[in-house]
Amino acid sequence: MGYQLSFNQIWRNFDKLTNGVILSLELAVIAILIGALIGLALAVIYVSSGRVVRAIISSYVEFIRNVPLLLLVYLAFYGLPTVVNLAYDASTSFIATLSLYAGAYLVEVFRSGLEAVPKGLLDAGKAMGLTPWQRLLYVRLPTMTRITLPALSNTFISLFKDTSIASVIAVPELTWGAQWINNRTFRIVEVYAVTTVMYLVTGYAILFGLRLLERRFRVER
Amino acid sequence: MSATPLLQIARLTKSFGSNQVLKSVDLDVTAGEVVTVIGPSGGGKTTLLRCVNFLEAYDGGSIKIDGREVGYVDNAGGRKRGEVDLAAMRAETGMVFQSFNLFPHLTAEQNVMLGLQRVRKKPLKEAQEIARHWLDRVGLAHKTKSLPYELSGGQQQRVGIARAVAMDPKILLLDEITSALDPELVNEVLDVVRKLATDGMTMLIVTHEIAFARDASHRIIFMTDGSVSAHGKPDELMAQVASNERLRNFLSRFSAATH
Repeated sequence: MGYQLSFNQIWRNFDKLTNGVILSLELAVIAILIGALIGLALAVIYVSSGRVVRAIISSYVEFIRNVPLLLLVYLAFYGLPTVVNLAYDASTSFIATLSLYAGAYLVEVFRSGLEAVPKGLLDAGKAMGLTPWQRLLYVRLPTMTRITLPALSNTFISLFKDTSIASVIAVPELTWGAQWINNRTFRIVEVYAVTTVMYLVTGYAILFGLRLLERRFRVER
Repeated sequence: MSATPLLQIARLTKSFGSNQVLKSVDLDVTAGEVVTVIGPSGGGKTTLLRCVNFLEAYDGGSIKIDGREVGYVDNAGGRKRGEVDLAAMRAETGMVFQSFNLFPHLTAEQNVMLGLQRVRKKPLKEAQEIARHWLDRVGLAHKTKSLPYELSGGQQQRVGIARAVAMDPKILLLDEITSALDPELVNEVLDVVRKLATDGMTMLIVTHEIAFARDASHRIIFMTDGSVSAHGKPDELMAQVASNERLRNFLSRFSAATH
């Protein structure tokens, strides 16, 4: 006799999954917003600074990119409070970690975007008498946004999937919801199949929306 | 002429690394004058133009607009002006580029308005009126809401001209503005420049359109290897062809077009 699929227990606890996917989205949205601020600020500083500042920013980027996210989450949630006597809840800790993580990837995205702005456009801005800040605000950033939009979309999808790691510190997002149901019903195949579909559908929906946005703002030359 | 020249360039030098691009260039442009710089590629024409609004920092000599040194506080190679001061100086010159360099995210009208609003601090309404006036003058009244990619090269360049003249600059710098255009689009752009010349706009023009240089400019400068090899009114310059071999060689390439 083979394994009998039964989804009854899953549907009975489905709210754990729907609440979970909403929280996952929230975590990803907050992380990409804070991460974009970090990334943009550091990218602007990077392109207009000397070697020392660049080295500091690069070491942040390299540190984050070469340490597994899971480890960063543990470090931030278990390690940091031990060292600096600071208490914060799991969600806050995870948002902080994921934002710093996103920031490191987005520094690179924005930096290459800023450097991809055609020099002729900056010359045109200079020639009309725009100050460096005005050139950044009215020429560089708007042009860069269009160049970096596809990379931003990809980062957002990655972050959405990375929110599953928050389950290890009991943040009740989608994967945590799946584990919760599994621990009580032992319907391991069913619950993870449903969860997989939920990640897939949500991920595709986000990607579809972002691609529409990209087309709307496509760079035309 | 008795009037002080608007633009005074004296003993100007500029190197890129070990390559000396400008070797002691002297050139004055009086208000209302149209001066054209011609010469073979790599002769320093574009660099000369880019020094006038300090897109390139020059190494030696002097460039003065209305008696004020461009880019440097006192002398070439000394202390540079602050960014805000530099921006204010650049706002006094207008520049039109070979590759148009329109801002791709802004409509034709917005391209013209940007400098009016942010540099000249004009209110939106007034900036829009000025922008529309100049777009109309260059024959693009029907394209004010178009984005650059929706325009032909000739139309883009006319927006580029409108963007520069709308700022009411003391002098307009035109850097090979028809070189990137299909031949059939060249004249619509040159016609706009001819009209500006008739209106008395002071212009320093780098061009390969010899016929245009001959009938639109007051004076022509012939530059080779970073220095002025010949200069004078168009007919004076043409009279030097017999004695100046480089000028003869250069112009012979255009003889089919000019005769």
